[in-house]
Amino acid sequence: MESIGLNHFLVVSAILFSLGIYAVVTRKNAIMVLMGIELILNSANINFVAFSRYGNSGLGGQITALFVIILAAAEAAIALAIVLNLYKTFAHVNIDEIDKLNS
Amino acid sequence: MDFTSLYDSLSLIKPEIVISVTLLLIVIFDLIFHKNKTLIPYIALAGLIIGGIYVLSDISNSGFAFVISSTSNNFGLLALDSFGSYFKFLIIITSILIVFFAKHSLEIKNTGTRQGEFYTLLFGMILGMMFMISASDLIMIYVSMELLSFSSYVLAGFIKLRDRNSEASLKYIIFGGVASGIMLFGISLIYGLTGTTNLYQINQVLQSAHVNLIVLSFSLLLVVAGIGYKISAVPFHFWTPDVYEGAPVSITAFLSVASKAAGFAILIRLIKTAFVSNIDSVGNWQLIPVFDWQTLLAVLAILTMTLGNFAALWQDNLKRMLAYSSIAHAGYLLLGIVVFSEIGIEAVLIYFAVYMLMNLGSFYIVMLIADKTGSENIDDYGGLGYVTPFLGVSFAVFLVSLTGLPPTAGFIGKLYLFIALIDAKMTTLAVIAVLNSVVSLYYYIRVLKHMFLKKPDGNVREIKLSAANIVYIVILLIPVLLLGIYFTPLVNFAESCLAFLHF
Repeated sequence: MESIGLNHFLVVSAILFSLGIYAVVTRKNAIMVLMGIELILNSANINFVAFSRYGNSGLGGQITALFVIILAAAEAAIALAIVLNLYKTFAHVNIDEIDKLNS
Repeated sequence: MDFTSLYDSLSLIKPEIVISVTLLLIVIFDLIFHKNKTLIPYIALAGLIIGGIYVLSDISNSGFAFVISSTSNNFGLLALDSFGSYFKFLIIITSILIVFFAKHSLEIKNTGTRQGEFYTLLFGMILGMMFMISASDLIMIYVSMELLSFSSYVLAGFIKLRDRNSEASLKYIIFGGVASGIMLFGISLIYGLTGTTNLYQINQVLQSAHVNLIVLSFSLLLVVAGIGYKISAVPFHFWTPDVYEGAPVSITAFLSVASKAAGFAILIRLIKTAFVSNIDSVGNWQLIPVFDWQTLLAVLAILTMTLGNFAALWQDNLKRMLAYSSIAHAGYLLLGIVVFSEIGIEAVLIYFAVYMLMNLGSFYIVMLIADKTGSENIDDYGGLGYVTPFLGVSFAVFLVSLTGLPPTAGFIGKLYLFIALIDAKMTTLAVIAVLNSVVSLYYYIRVLKHMFLKKPDGNVREIKLSAANIVYIVILLIPVLLLGIYFTPLVNFAESCLAFLHF
């Protein structure tokens, strides 16, 4: 049996990235869109860690992944606060119906 | 990292340290003086002025900060050079003007005790921009861009429970999150291809080793998507009109000038440090033949200015119109990069200084009128030129300058751009840009038509200006007029600020 190598990780991350983009494009609920963004960030994280492990370039990639996790958490916190504020204003979070500015 | 190198690094980022300390001071004062917020803008101003002095005094300094010393070559996370200092100075000036802008703005005044948060977040943005401008590592670019973005997401929706604001910040964070995620994916692929995230090391790898060009082009397209979102270039511009219309005017003005300046600075730095192999005696850049930057940026520039100008024709909301006009200006600025020479970059630097003055001026007047009449719609501008001649005339000057007609500063900005284009024998691009300016004349002058050629009807109230308002407008008005006639100092200043580290 073939052992797990760099390509396996890259395929997983490519699939995650595509799923993330798909979620952002198709979902109507703001929370679901934000989850799509998280998928995109995590796919990049898998790339960083895999390249750092199988490439010959030190631990830079793994440290970067740590940075990205922290930033993703901060982004999620801000995004949820904004969605909460949106819910107070509109009483729903369906992004298709929030189009007051497109007059 | 030993302590001497840490000290050297810290002494290179004095302006950033001043901004960070001011941010902390604002937070502390916000907590101590819970009821009275009048002091906070002055702390912000003091911090900005000290930071500006440090930027100016270090303008000829250069060096790497936070060097990764384990590797054979000493490249750091931040590259301090006069090009970066120019943009930092521009951002400090913009921030000082924005602090006064926010002080005069009714929207921000009405938030009461939350004003402290406003200035804290504003300083978060400034700090992000200043690190972004001198970042020479892809991760540093990403982290500082996020620092800038997070603060601006919140500020876009700062007036809580107003539907326009909530919608603006939602659209901003969704587009921003996707764009930065896509950019991060591109960065991870570049890291995999070259084994490093440092721009200077990427340059060495690209020159010496063979990389897969298809994957490299793909990942660079992803990175350009992230930066293109910051400068609102066209396929990534969808957020711009909505966010600019929905956000408080002071933030709209800040986003349209400072945030765009930081985006352009990092785009230029990315191309110049990672993809230029050699600069010849005339100042033309020789790019490493791995990716066709010229075609990509030329197409982006044409799309950006054409769509921006044509979409602006149909806008009745002044903030939305200025949003599309700022998209169009991003297109003109991209033309300066497409030239890939020192002249082109000099044109970008000059254009940005001019663009800052005239754009802030226009937004300020839109803010004054919106505060008094409660409307940003062009129909409510009818006859305002008769009721308040000073406001009408100064708005006319700013709009004529945005079009790029003499004798205003906007003309000088466009002139240097077109000279750079003609110099590089890109006549087609220059012609397209001139035709675009003609289109833009229509929607700028339409505002003036409403202000001056319509007789005021009964319900147009006079807009009373305080002395501070008049001083603010005059401070912006004088350079806009003066730089149209006597522009040598600005040109010389820009010319002295073209140096990149290691080039």
